[in-house]
Amino acid sequence: MGGYVLRRLISVFLVVFVVASGTFVLMHTIPGGPFKKEKALPPAIQRNIEERYKLNDPLWKQYADYLKNLLRGDLGPSFKYLGRSVNDIIRDGFPVSAALGAWAILFALVVGVPAGIISALNQNKWQDNAVMAIAIIGVSVPNFVIATLLMYVFAVKLRWLPVAMWGTPRHVILPMIALAGFPAAFFARLMRSSTLDVLSQDYIRTARAKGLSWYAVVVKHVVKNAILPVVTYLGPLVAGILTGSFVVENIFAIPGLGRYYVTSIYNRDYTTIMGVTIFYSAFLVLVNFLVDITYGWIDPRIKLVKAKE
Amino acid sequence: MRRLMSVLACFVVLLMITTASFAAETLAKKQELSFNVGTEPETLDPAKSTGVPEAIIELNCFEGLTRMDEKNVPQPAIAESWTVSKDGKTYVFKLRKTKWSNGEPLTAHDFEWSWKRALAPETAAEYATQLWYIKNGQAYNEGELKDASKVGVRAVDDYTLEVVLENPTTYFLQLCNFPTLMPVNRKVVEKNPEGWFQDIKNYIGNGPYKIVKWDHSAVMELVPNENYWRRDEVKLSKLTLYLIDNRQTALSMFETGQLDWFDDPPISEIPRLEKEGSLFRSPYIGTYYYMFNVTKKPVDDVRVRKALTMAIDRQMLIDRVTRGGQEPALAYVPFGLADGKPGADFRTVGGNDYIKENLAVAKKLLADAGYPNGKGFPTLTILYNTSENHKKIAEAIQEMWKKNLGINVQLTNQEWGVYLASRDELNYEVARAGWIGDYMDPMTFLDMWTTTNGNNDTGWSNKTYDNLIFGSFKVADSIARAKMLHQAEDILMNEMPIMPIYFYVNQNVMKPWVKGAVRSPLGFIDFRGAYVLEHK
Repeated sequence: MGGYVLRRLISVFLVVFVVASGTFVLMHTIPGGPFKKEKALPPAIQRNIEERYKLNDPLWKQYADYLKNLLRGDLGPSFKYLGRSVNDIIRDGFPVSAALGAWAILFALVVGVPAGIISALNQNKWQDNAVMAIAIIGVSVPNFVIATLLMYVFAVKLRWLPVAMWGTPRHVILPMIALAGFPAAFFARLMRSSTLDVLSQDYIRTARAKGLSWYAVVVKHVVKNAILPVVTYLGPLVAGILTGSFVVENIFAIPGLGRYYVTSIYNRDYTTIMGVTIFYSAFLVLVNFLVDITYGWIDPRIKLVKAKE
Repeated sequence: MRRLMSVLACFVVLLMITTASFAAETLAKKQELSFNVGTEPETLDPAKSTGVPEAIIELNCFEGLTRMDEKNVPQPAIAESWTVSKDGKTYVFKLRKTKWSNGEPLTAHDFEWSWKRALAPETAAEYATQLWYIKNGQAYNEGELKDASKVGVRAVDDYTLEVVLENPTTYFLQLCNFPTLMPVNRKVVEKNPEGWFQDIKNYIGNGPYKIVKWDHSAVMELVPNENYWRRDEVKLSKLTLYLIDNRQTALSMFETGQLDWFDDPPISEIPRLEKEGSLFRSPYIGTYYYMFNVTKKPVDDVRVRKALTMAIDRQMLIDRVTRGGQEPALAYVPFGLADGKPGADFRTVGGNDYIKENLAVAKKLLADAGYPNGKGFPTLTILYNTSENHKKIAEAIQEMWKKNLGINVQLTNQEWGVYLASRDELNYEVARAGWIGDYMDPMTFLDMWTTTNGNNDTGWSNKTYDNLIFGSFKVADSIARAKMLHQAEDILMNEMPIMPIYFYVNQNVMKPWVKGAVRSPLGFIDFRGAYVLEHK
């Protein structure tokens, strides 16, 4: 097991290195620069700034310096928000995005998984049709539509909840639902098909035949086996949702990390582009690693370490 | 006698109006106001900031030598009075005895230090050009002059500041109200030159308000600065500044009473807001225009440029597409900038009528250029930066040119940074552009078209134009100077490297009970005298 963990950790470093290098090359190939604005700066001032931010160093040197600082965990100063480091930006934004994302995932699980099971147990009956109809809407309607609709109905018209901003539990509800829409629907569909799959297995019939109650069969045998695809999907989903959504955070004016994935590129804020990309990829690899470990725990048949022959 | 009577009558009416409005004005118990700044500020260091959102925050936390009144005339502020030498180059400011927000005295040395800091190359201030007017300011900023003591700003004693300018600069007193020229607190800045303002405890200012809370990308809270020298004029007890990018969200907050004032509502909502009486337009000195790349066929021919400029219907574009009540631009320099004589407006004097929207003449010009009825005219490409609004305008112009001149036009949009690079490299035929003034003088619009200016992305160059602009710097007489600027605009509008489309306006969505705040045509807002009327 120890060897496995070590191998995976090395691969995390490798992935981060590849991502960092690729991003660095790509971002320097697009035209423009962090201090290229509509109002052109006089050459002398442009020079002062480039000197200040070491942008006039040769690219290979900028790259080497960046990697050196990265090893020390220093993501550098933001070029757009003066006096703030990219570490500050992530430290401020990530907890907000993560809290919102965690609520959204929890909500998606609590709604989606039972809905999928109910759907499967009542295959082709009205419950199934209703759940699947809602799920199709949830999968196909983009979250900015859901977000705008929720805001209009519950905040502007009914005035039950605040329009936007962040800080109290009441602020969480609308963005949570908007963010959970797609995963909840997806979970429901995933859970339905895997439950149907498990229900047709021989061991379910055996369990029923030996006199176990239907309830016990569903809880002990069906759900435990049917949940695996959901866990698989949970890995990338957790990474994607916890690191923030540009659209939902923008609409609800939530000070999370999501905006920076988009605006940093628009602003050519080089250090922030690098920082959030690396942060996201490291987080994704890490979560996938955790998911793999969880597999072994849910289903002992999946072995992480090759059995010795 | 009759005349006296009518004057008296007028006076009585005026008195009635003013008393009536006084009687109607009951102040709200809670003097709290909120405004959406529209974005997370890039910096709060006045010396280094460049944008309007930042300036709005800074100008309410700091005060310069002067402060603008509601008519946009610089009035004594930290400077109590000043004298100007005959040649218009030396200003001696007499300062009031005022304090920083932490209670320490503010002196002329603070101004000297702050201005030199903004000019120092290592500060890397983007708007340092606002201090290039000072003697040796440019040389010091460019690193050619190392000795800061040769820069033309000097504290004669604690409360006397002497400023020597490179040229007589008629608008210098209003520049004294620009963020770059604000005094900053040496002690806090020296401790952390790059990020001193990030910790709001260090944000020591000398203006009407001070910041007590800053949640990044969310909200800022300001309260009156108890050490402000005219504290009694500040009526608000709390000023909340939201940092929300999404205008639709801001509108929803406005409608549910969480926000009192914001800018730029979504275009589709403008007619409704106007009907409801929530939309207030204020002047904004800016021009939306198209640039021609004069090095590329077919727009290298001035007749073609003129034909294109004449063949669009600006009023229709405004009524149907932009829908913001903008003013058609039939000249380049917008309204609201001073002419030579006091109180005169540069645009009114010059007239908003350089361009005649005349189809017959446009067709004739195009025929003269060798394209009768648009025959043989190559397909023209309009470049704009990706945005729904720019796209709609470009589509309308495409349609007008096609219909009116019989020419084919295609549209290309590019992401902001790519678009700027294309402009810079003259890699376009016709490109969308806009310019917002940096100070209240026609020069902020005119000097950019000189040959060597980094903003002249048209390839156009005219010696007489350059001489008029550079020559005007040396002229102390404001009437003679204005005349030169008018001549320069004549040349620009005769050669037409740019096609003005409309003059901007600021679209304020505001609750009717917000009073006393002053919005300048630069987009800045002075909340010093703001107050809130009683409302439900």
